[in-house]
Amino acid sequence: MPLGYVLVTTAQLGAGEAAAFLWRPRVGELLWNTVRLLVTGVACCLLIGLAGAWVVERTDLRGRGWWHALMCAPLAVPAFVNGYGWVSTTHAVQSFAGAVMVTTLSYFPFVYLPTVAAMRRLDPAVEEVATSLGHGPWRVFWWVTLPAISPAVLGGALLVGLHLLAEYGALQLLNYPTLTTAILQQYATVFNGPAATLLALVLVLFCLLLLLLEHLLRGRRPLARVGSGASRSAVCVPLGRHRHTVAIALALLAVWSLAVPLVSLVRWLVKGTSAGIDVAELIGAIGTTLGLGAAGGLLATVTAVPVVWLAVRHRSALSMFVERSVYTASAMPGIVIGLALVTISIRVMPSLYQTVVVLLVGYTVLFLPRAVVSLRGTVELIPASLDDVARSLGCRGSEVMRRVTLPLALPGLAAATALVALAVSTELTATLLLAPTGTDTLATKFWSDASSVAYGAAAPYALALIILSIPATWLLGRLSTPGDRTEVAR
Amino acid sequence: MSAALEVRGLAVGYPGRPVLRGIDLTVAGGVTAVVGPSGCGKTTLLRTIAGFHAPDSGTISIAGRDVAGPGRAVPARSRGLGFVPQEGALFPHLSVAANVAFGLPRGERRSLERARELLAMVDLPVELLDRYPRDLSGGQQQRVALARALAPRPALVLLDEPFSSLDAGLREGTGRAVVAALRSAGASALIVTHDQGEALSLADQVAVMIEGRFLQVSAPAQVYLAPADPRVASFIGHATLLPGVATSRAAATCALGALPLRTAVAPGPVEVAVRAEQVQVHRAGGLGVEGVVEDVSFYGHDAAATVRLHGGERIAARIPATGVPESGVRVRVEVLGEVVAFSTAPTPTDETGLSAGEGTMVPEATA
Repeated sequence: MPLGYVLVTTAQLGAGEAAAFLWRPRVGELLWNTVRLLVTGVACCLLIGLAGAWVVERTDLRGRGWWHALMCAPLAVPAFVNGYGWVSTTHAVQSFAGAVMVTTLSYFPFVYLPTVAAMRRLDPAVEEVATSLGHGPWRVFWWVTLPAISPAVLGGALLVGLHLLAEYGALQLLNYPTLTTAILQQYATVFNGPAATLLALVLVLFCLLLLLLEHLLRGRRPLARVGSGASRSAVCVPLGRHRHTVAIALALLAVWSLAVPLVSLVRWLVKGTSAGIDVAELIGAIGTTLGLGAAGGLLATVTAVPVVWLAVRHRSALSMFVERSVYTASAMPGIVIGLALVTISIRVMPSLYQTVVVLLVGYTVLFLPRAVVSLRGTVELIPASLDDVARSLGCRGSEVMRRVTLPLALPGLAAATALVALAVSTELTATLLLAPTGTDTLATKFWSDASSVAYGAAAPYALALIILSIPATWLLGRLSTPGDRTEVAR
Repeated sequence: MSAALEVRGLAVGYPGRPVLRGIDLTVAGGVTAVVGPSGCGKTTLLRTIAGFHAPDSGTISIAGRDVAGPGRAVPARSRGLGFVPQEGALFPHLSVAANVAFGLPRGERRSLERARELLAMVDLPVELLDRYPRDLSGGQQQRVALARALAPRPALVLLDEPFSSLDAGLREGTGRAVVAALRSAGASALIVTHDQGEALSLADQVAVMIEGRFLQVSAPAQVYLAPADPRVASFIGHATLLPGVATSRAAATCALGALPLRTAVAPGPVEVAVRAEQVQVHRAGGLGVEGVVEDVSFYGHDAAATVRLHGGERIAARIPATGVPESGVRVRVEVLGEVVAFSTAPTPTDETGLSAGEGTMVPEATA
């Protein structure tokens, strides 16, 4: 639907005008900025996410639970709050290196979390076999563990890539122009719809390219776990004398990703409170954000169930198309989806314009991929023979779903809901556009202050955003530990 | 009473690759084992009967009810049969009690009575009811899987390589317990296995499948003692196939000398199947044909040896544990008792297509 909107408005522009617009050196610069941020950012996130997951999950590092929590924690700090924290501390981050650093620090948990979860589910026996065949820990990881957990890692990398393409708030604050920030500027300053959607079309092409890449790398390997019996925890790789080096590296990462924005936030909070806080406004925004997050999370997860089911159990050209088209939506900046929905709701159902329904539909379109990605990893590990047995015991398709698949996918369902709720509560651009007048979320309140350099006034909202995100982040971190899995399933 | 399972002219395949080519099978009752080498189509047969695969042609009826045939396809959930896949496939999120009760009507699921009854039937302690699959051993999981399949009282239970994931010690005991449970539940069973020992010891009827066809369906002793096809003789038991000539209807000569025949055969070129346990190995100097011991596997209760004759033929032999020769030793080989021979003279009705001299198949030894 948003894709159709992009194409139709582009067509209104005419081919000659479009070509002339796209050939300007300014567009070339935007493209170059976007591409190098995308490649470097994804690479950095992969590096940190994978290394972190391996260290926490497969070595004898002490206090693994704490490190796990610290590695998940950056999820609770929205990228634009992180950007605000850095920019209000030093202007040195307003560069390519600064943009890569801030986005990596915000997004590496997207790789870390699914990787840790997949590593815990992996039968340790295959790693033990490789070790017994004379492979060192590095080779075991590279040749055995990594291929087995590759769907989770790829899913995470895809998420990071899509986020980098759609990121607006942080990059705007860091003064690093990409396609997305340019589109928003087009809308905001000249309201030049067709030209902006033309840029969005380029962005959509990027997204399609990423999806194709991930699909080619994922392939068609069957990944259901083989083997039976009790699952044991993996043997730990002793770090020996490197243990302190590793612990210090992790601590530095935590300081870098959490302490800097938090300290800066507290500093502004102290300065800001001297000017006074409007408590009623703050509480109202918190309530709105909570409600929208819960509703959006549930709606997106419920929608994701049939999509994942089709993609995993009934692979066909149609189901692949459905799954892939779901992803394309999230690569588009929130504002494109927002404007598409505004246009459509005005033309088709004027009564819905400026209602929460349109906002929730927008959230679902935007965040369905997150629900799909986190659900898919779980569903893929459910052996198909369980379906066969259930059917032979007299279950129809819907019953198999209710009694077998859904209970087993519960960790994935909970993770999907939490992920989307988290995303909704920190979503900025689509909310600005689609929220009914007078509906203010924490993110929109924060943004209106932060973008006008009222750092002190923005601080309480940023803090509330972080605090609100903590339960969902904690849930996400906890769900990737196997001991808790069955308790949740019951 | 109608047969528990009746399969007629069943053909199944994937696009461009036929798997089953005209299968006929009747399971009147009791336990039938489908045995054959890996990849012969056994599992496909089972999945087609269960309703997970649609046949290209042919009919299937279960307990007198047609479930697959021209214009008729009863879905898997309505076929009313039990299904035990490899490794059991217990629902990991459900307790043993909930697993066993899974297929019962909603009202009966709550009461533990039936679950208790079934655990007793598969010879498991009642304390396991509250456990979860991950707390059970492989053999226990397999028995719970059977209990789950038996709970809705099916007329027929399908078991797909049910014991292949168990270690040898557990396998025999689990196999016997499973068959005993099936009998006390009054259910017929179709067990797919690649282990001939399992098939012969557990089943009332053995169906030997090779390349998508049944070559013989009969009682275990019949399959072993009177194989209908040289490939059956070679697959079931440790038979060595040797080219030879039937000199009369009751005797044939081959590399091992003149041997009496158990079943009559037309005089002319034949293939002689010699069972490993019929082959006696003497130290050089005794009776029989000369040869050299090539290879010996010692099992404890006995040993398997391969003896190469002067003509290059390799003969499989079972030797008592007390007189095992070393490899490289010269010995004499003698055949005790009658052997089975298959005519290899080209006849219009010869469908086996196996000519004399083609491959002397020495089947793999089982532990």
